Amino acid sequence: MTMHMNDWIDVGGVDDVPVRGSRIVRAPEGDIAIFKAADGAVFALRDKCPHKGGPLSQGIVHGRSVTCPLHNWIIDLETGEATGADHGCSNVFALKVQDGRILMDARRLAAAFA
Amino acid sequence: MTEKLVVIGNGMAAGRVLDNVFETAPDRYAVTVFGAEPRVNYNRILLSPVLSGEKAFEDIVTHDDAWYASNAVDLRKGVNVVAIDRATKTVTDSTGVVTSYDKLLVATGSNPFIIPIPGVNLPGVVTYRDLDDVNAMLAAAEKGGHAVVIGGGLLGLEAAAGLAMRGMKVSVVHLMPTLMERQLDAAAGYLLQGAMEARNVDVITKANTKAIFEQNGRAAGVLLDDGRTLPADLVVMAVGIRPNSTLGKAAGLTVNRGIVVDDEMRTSDADVFAVGECVEHRGQCYGLVAPLFEMAKVIAARLTNDPAPRYEGSFLSTKLKVTGVDLFSAGDFADAPDRDEIVLRDAARGVYKRLVLKDNMLIGAVMYGDTADGSYFFELVKSGEDVSDIRDTLIFGRSFAGGASADPNAAVAGLPASAEICGCNGVCKGTIIDAIGAKGLTDLNGVRAHTKASASCGSCTGLVEQILAMTLGDGFQKAKVEPMCTCTDLGHDDVRRLIVAKELKSIPQVMQELEWKTSCGCAKCRPALNYYLLCDWPEEYTDDSQSRFINERVHANIQKDGTYSVVPRMWGGMTSPSELRAIADVADKFAIPAVKVTGGQRIDLLGVKKEDLPAVWADLNNAGMVSGHAYAKGLRTVKTCVGTDWCRFGTQDSTGLGIKIEKFMWGSWAPAKVKMAVSGCPRNCAEATCKDVGVICVESGYEISFAGAAGLHVRQTEFLCKVETEDECMETIAALTQLYREQGRYLERMYKWSVRVGIESIRAAVVDDAAKRRVLYARFVLSQKIAQIDPWAERVAGKEAYEFAPIRQLDLAEAAE
Repeated sequence: MTMHMNDWIDVGGVDDVPVRGSRIVRAPEGDIAIFKAADGAVFALRDKCPHKGGPLSQGIVHGRSVTCPLHNWIIDLETGEATGADHGCSNVFALKVQDGRILMDARRLAAAFA
Repeated sequence: MTEKLVVIGNGMAAGRVLDNVFETAPDRYAVTVFGAEPRVNYNRILLSPVLSGEKAFEDIVTHDDAWYASNAVDLRKGVNVVAIDRATKTVTDSTGVVTSYDKLLVATGSNPFIIPIPGVNLPGVVTYRDLDDVNAMLAAAEKGGHAVVIGGGLLGLEAAAGLAMRGMKVSVVHLMPTLMERQLDAAAGYLLQGAMEARNVDVITKANTKAIFEQNGRAAGVLLDDGRTLPADLVVMAVGIRPNSTLGKAAGLTVNRGIVVDDEMRTSDADVFAVGECVEHRGQCYGLVAPLFEMAKVIAARLTNDPAPRYEGSFLSTKLKVTGVDLFSAGDFADAPDRDEIVLRDAARGVYKRLVLKDNMLIGAVMYGDTADGSYFFELVKSGEDVSDIRDTLIFGRSFAGGASADPNAAVAGLPASAEICGCNGVCKGTIIDAIGAKGLTDLNGVRAHTKASASCGSCTGLVEQILAMTLGDGFQKAKVEPMCTCTDLGHDDVRRLIVAKELKSIPQVMQELEWKTSCGCAKCRPALNYYLLCDWPEEYTDDSQSRFINERVHANIQKDGTYSVVPRMWGGMTSPSELRAIADVADKFAIPAVKVTGGQRIDLLGVKKEDLPAVWADLNNAGMVSGHAYAKGLRTVKTCVGTDWCRFGTQDSTGLGIKIEKFMWGSWAPAKVKMAVSGCPRNCAEATCKDVGVICVESGYEISFAGAAGLHVRQTEFLCKVETEDECMETIAALTQLYREQGRYLERMYKWSVRVGIESIRAAVVDDAAKRRVLYARFVLSQKIAQIDPWAERVAGKEAYEFAPIRQLDLAEAAE
């Protein structure tokens, strides 16, 4: 990738993501889940539970965590780490919010999928 | 020689800069101030008391004409600057006059954000920014009528409260689920909503304004996205502000959202400073007064050659200026795993306090109802001092000097004597207390024997024990109740009883009144609370889809690969060639990889992609099929045999009865899944005796049994009763289901519920007591009126469309090398 090396990619509006819910960014190498916590904070994780690959985007969001819909692993939205007795991690993607838009770092996105 | 300082803007920021400059160097500058408003400087944050009538304009003036005169400030009232020429160091104003400067201060403030909808320019639509806006509102309020305030933030709520005090009928329309969501968490937002409603302000959340409509050339009302209309003689637009950076931009200064300034408050031109709401500092724009005063201090220092002070951003705190509403928030109060929270809830006094700690430092605070310690906590946030030594008592505030620990019986202690504790036998709190005193009771069995409370289903046992504990004090040792989850000490039954007794009607309300220990619950309690509220307040409660497990949220069953399965309803297991053709066509059209016949006499389409679901449902809907609720904690199937229609042994129309039951009961939510069956004779081909409810037809009527299971546990049904007619059969089954809906713990199957509360107590309510049966039946019928909407058709029509489409599709060039 060259032309977008340092770009931030606009993936959508903060308002497009339901509170305590999520939306998916469909990328060629796999889905990325965008979560919005009750306080409006936004996070991006690879949409794959470290346990058995469950789509985290379909889980219940509570506090700063999401519970995987397949086997109830609880994943920390900030670190991607499983909490409690479970161990594993899902990639976290850098993002920033500007003027109500969610921007993702194109370079890190590419690196994560490389 | 005196230098020339020109100030564009005559608001609070500009005023504070001048105050500071004159304090250190009174004679250094010849100052010219351009003010867009035709008046002297006033305290804008006190406009709300002016609106409500608690203050007059004269009370809020900060710099009067005498001040401008004594400091030799040339104030150009009502004159706008239209251009800055940085090459010649001059500004041109709206009267065409050119004024030169040595130093320029841009303090143009902000503009209200106007949402781009039809009708925003009509007379009768105002913003809330300056005294002219207040005067416009006061003029409207004099005529009375309806006001709609768009925006449930700080400004919107102050406007709403003020207009209500002026006698208008006010509604606040807010896009988000809770008020002031940027400054408050959901729990405090809920308390605030109650306080606004107590001030006769209607609060409508999750409401998107679509248009303002007119009548006789004036605004006459507001149309919401969902089709609701609200009458309005006055519409106040208070959805937010935008930095007013137009002038700076035109002058070639660096501008993002606001005019960009460095830590010295200089713009990209070293002789041009900017201050207040028009600036952007380290990516932040501010809309509150505290940062602007801190900025003013730095600019004044720079203008008077003091190089030391620098502006490094502000910690924010918020207070709402509505009389009688005490609310405070400061710092960062979001949840995160590396943070701890300390929550204090006092339901009786309507107090909520939440402190957020990180690395032994206080980083945020939200307070409602009692904000006396707001400034204390704010100081701790700003200072970043280690609070580990005072942590145990921190939440009690500065003046804490040792006190009693929290009262574990608070929830019950707060109930009036007339509150019903035992729903089965209609026993009130007062009756139980009286009996404990009069009969000298000391334990649960005594209360059961003398009052019947807790003697039937037992779901109120926890509450009765709390009453014993608070009446007898240390003399009573109660059995331990398994809490619902780590968010609360209350068990499921206590929560259910209190939802009814205290008339709790939303999840934030339950969490506040029952003193939840987390701010937004967890994946265990939220789905349970959502069900309990839906069951207990069918007409009032709005389902919270984000508190449902994925299958119920998207009305299909998630599979291990993230695809979904779709099961249309086949009433009583009957289908037709046209339905089968439609199912086959759908399977072909959407390349659905697996089609399977289920154990519940219907067809499962497995491997459907999530984004295909609405289109799949549309095709099934078109063929007359609706959701089979194969994903629901609710009625799944009613399995039947062919009965008297075809079978030589059939005694009754079992297929017809099964269809009738399914058509009557579909869509009802329950604590767990409910499967039923009707067999046409005791040979029982529909396997009715291992279902949650089973009917066996006999020559003389219908034998109803219940509480069977054929899953993890296998259990034969228990005989409930025998009835003679289909109508009696329907009434009994509906009453039984309703009793289970009201008493069952979330995820507790019917057979487990029946063991817990006892078959006899169920039979007593549903069979022996005809009046009770009819009441339960009526409640079920009422609930069905609201529940029987095909969720697939709703989503085909566009409901929650965001669930089914990616927010963004990235192509290769964007996402990969």
